[in-house]
Amino acid sequence: MFVQALAFYLFAAVAIAAGVMVISSRNPVHSVLFLILAFFNAAGLFILMGAEFLAMILVVVYVGAVAVLFLFVVMMLDINFVELRQGFLQYLPFGALVALALLAELALVLGTWLVSPEASALSRAPTPPADQITNTHALGAVIYTDYIYLFQAAGIILLISMIGAIVLTLRQREGVRRQSVPRQIARRREEAVELKKVPTRSGI
Amino acid sequence: MNALLIEYWPILLFLGIALGVSASAVGASLLLARQNPDSEKVSPYECGFEAFGDARRQFDVRFYLVAILFIIFDLEVAFLFPWAITLGEIGVFGFWSMVVFLAILTVGFIYEWRKGALEWE
Amino acid sequence: MSSADVMIALPEIFMAVAGMALLLLGTFLTRNPTRVITWLTILVLAFVFVTVAWETPARTTAFEGMFVADQFGRFMKLLVLLGSGLALAMSTGYVEREQMSRFEFPVLILFATLGMMLMISANDLISLYLGLEMQSLALYVVAAFRRETVRSTEAGLKYFVLGALSSGMLLYGASLVYGFAGTTRFEELATVLAGDAVSAGAVIGLVFIAAGIAFKISAVPFHMWTPDVYEGAPTPVTAFFAAAPKIAAMALCARVLLGPFVGLTNEWQQILIVVSVGSMLLGAFAAINQTNIKRLMAYSSIGNVGYALVGLAAGTEQGLRGVLIYMAIYLFMTLGTFACILAMKQKGRMVEQIADLAGLSRTNPMLALALALFMFSMAGIPPLAGFFAKYFVFLAAVEAELYTLAVIGVLSSVVSAFYYWRIVRVMYFEDAVEGLDRPMEPGIAAVLAVSTAVITLFILLPGAILGGARIAAQSLFPA
Repeated sequence: MFVQALAFYLFAAVAIAAGVMVISSRNPVHSVLFLILAFFNAAGLFILMGAEFLAMILVVVYVGAVAVLFLFVVMMLDINFVELRQGFLQYLPFGALVALALLAELALVLGTWLVSPEASALSRAPTPPADQITNTHALGAVIYTDYIYLFQAAGIILLISMIGAIVLTLRQREGVRRQSVPRQIARRREEAVELKKVPTRSGI
Repeated sequence: MNALLIEYWPILLFLGIALGVSASAVGASLLLARQNPDSEKVSPYECGFEAFGDARRQFDVRFYLVAILFIIFDLEVAFLFPWAITLGEIGVFGFWSMVVFLAILTVGFIYEWRKGALEWE
Repeated sequence: MSSADVMIALPEIFMAVAGMALLLLGTFLTRNPTRVITWLTILVLAFVFVTVAWETPARTTAFEGMFVADQFGRFMKLLVLLGSGLALAMSTGYVEREQMSRFEFPVLILFATLGMMLMISANDLISLYLGLEMQSLALYVVAAFRRETVRSTEAGLKYFVLGALSSGMLLYGASLVYGFAGTTRFEELATVLAGDAVSAGAVIGLVFIAAGIAFKISAVPFHMWTPDVYEGAPTPVTAFFAAAPKIAAMALCARVLLGPFVGLTNEWQQILIVVSVGSMLLGAFAAINQTNIKRLMAYSSIGNVGYALVGLAAGTEQGLRGVLIYMAIYLFMTLGTFACILAMKQKGRMVEQIADLAGLSRTNPMLALALALFMFSMAGIPPLAGFFAKYFVFLAAVEAELYTLAVIGVLSSVVSAFYYWRIVRVMYFEDAVEGLDRPMEPGIAAVLAVSTAVITLFILLPGAILGGARIAAQSLFPA
């Protein structure tokens, strides 16, 4: 129990510190690296809550793919980030005000938190105890059957994002020599090589 | 709950050791090695020359396209894990449910292929 | 799931399959795919329109109660399909002229429409969110579709960043509500939230959900993206944005507030009154100084959303009926106006300043007359349809004893009449610098004819819209 609490405070503290560093570090590449650290710690927190599957997905998808994408984007932008930061202090009071309002709201929510008495009875797919069934298994038992509508809708959303990415970024370049496998195979010896009889001492 | 966490005990241990080793490596070099930096010593160089330009160069947008297409298929694969281990329970219906999902993404894949988004010119 | 579920959602499933088939067809067509795919998409939308119109469902749910088909959904879906189809029909000429000729455009519009259908039929917080994302994702892309121009990319980026923020707020609110109620189904939420002890968390959740939806219908104070996006996006895309997504988001707003949150009516009524007054006033005053007609239409659409929300704020069946009538008439007014804007072309180049309309009454009297009719209708001058749209929402507000709201509505509509009149004045009383190109493209002419007919003849044959709206409104208020 003590180790569990220790691990929780460790992960939580590092996650928050990394989050602060993401927005305050000067170099955007460092920001992305801190973001990865934050993702890892969030994964640790998920595991402490027993949500293994989410933790692994966080590592595979967010650390493995999203963070790499962010790095590409940061590299792609040709912006002087030091200059971009000039306005940071100017907006700080307003930002702090919004943050304070949100904090007050959060305190209000937590202070008067109440779960409806009917809530537990209404729960459609209650989380099974972790010692009977792994939570990947529990998820798999409902996603593809009970929630098929949402599952297929998610598939279509992924399809739309694929179309969107291609529509917005793919450019056909002119004058690029592409490899054409059929043309390579169809090439004959006669087209490519020519044998010339070269008489001695006279050149071609 | 605790049974689950005990399975992760080696990983926590590993993290602790990794933290210790890396901290001691950096710390030891800080403490033991002689440090006497000056501006020429720490400036970047290329094979002995002065640096020709900034290390950060603008990337081509195609890297982004490849990365985002990768994410989409990565997410698709993420859905396969729970499916694979529950296939026995969810039966034929669950099987075809996943096949339809994959078919939707295959449509996207054919589209990408035909558009030439997967080619690197 | 059973085959009955599939039958209930058949129009949506058909659209999804058709969208994918058109996407593949587009990649395999070598000659002029855009034109072929555009007309096929319109055909698909028309076919779905007929199937949705054909069935007159009693309220049924499918997929474990996540999807609902009812009269309200039917009415809104018909409007959305009409909006998407007509907007697409208007776009053909523009798309070919302005280097937008890629077949993904109609396909993305089709998928956006599918997302709107799912939004309208949502009966669960998760299906609501997925429908909304499906729609939004496609819309972000079409806003930035002319990626060579800075303004279009800027419009797409602004829309994306603020849209993502609003989706985040909606999700945050939904998770607070779920945390309180332990369920995401609308019927169950309605019973739980009707209880006595509702926590502050659930109310704050409601506020966040309302804020997320207010973003999508571009109501004050979440309207700031609208003018920039409307101005920057390609004109046919703006026409589409002003028509279909707004109707779908309004349907979602009505379904969410009158369904799961009906027990919190007193709470959301206050929010809606503030939002509605803000939208009406901003729409009336900010539009006065605009010189760009697309920007003016953006403020006008903010104002129109404000008027529609007056009916919803009443929270009664009468009010909902007013909203439905308003959205139906708004659809035709806005599509007609954008058809006129799409016809604004000088020497083959698109123009969008109000000053370019000068002297239109002499160079192109028919177009000038049509645009003048739309402007008068928007201003709410009888006997045009726009008057009745406002009449029914204000009537509902008065019946619900929201007198202040109704008075502010009437006053701001008087102010807005001023800038609608300005356009008419420019067309009729100023001399032409240079006339607009003629003839009009057939798609634009057809949309213009349909819209003009609807708004002028509404007074003679109001039955279709009024009757449909009445049945649709009844279905959300079980007796």
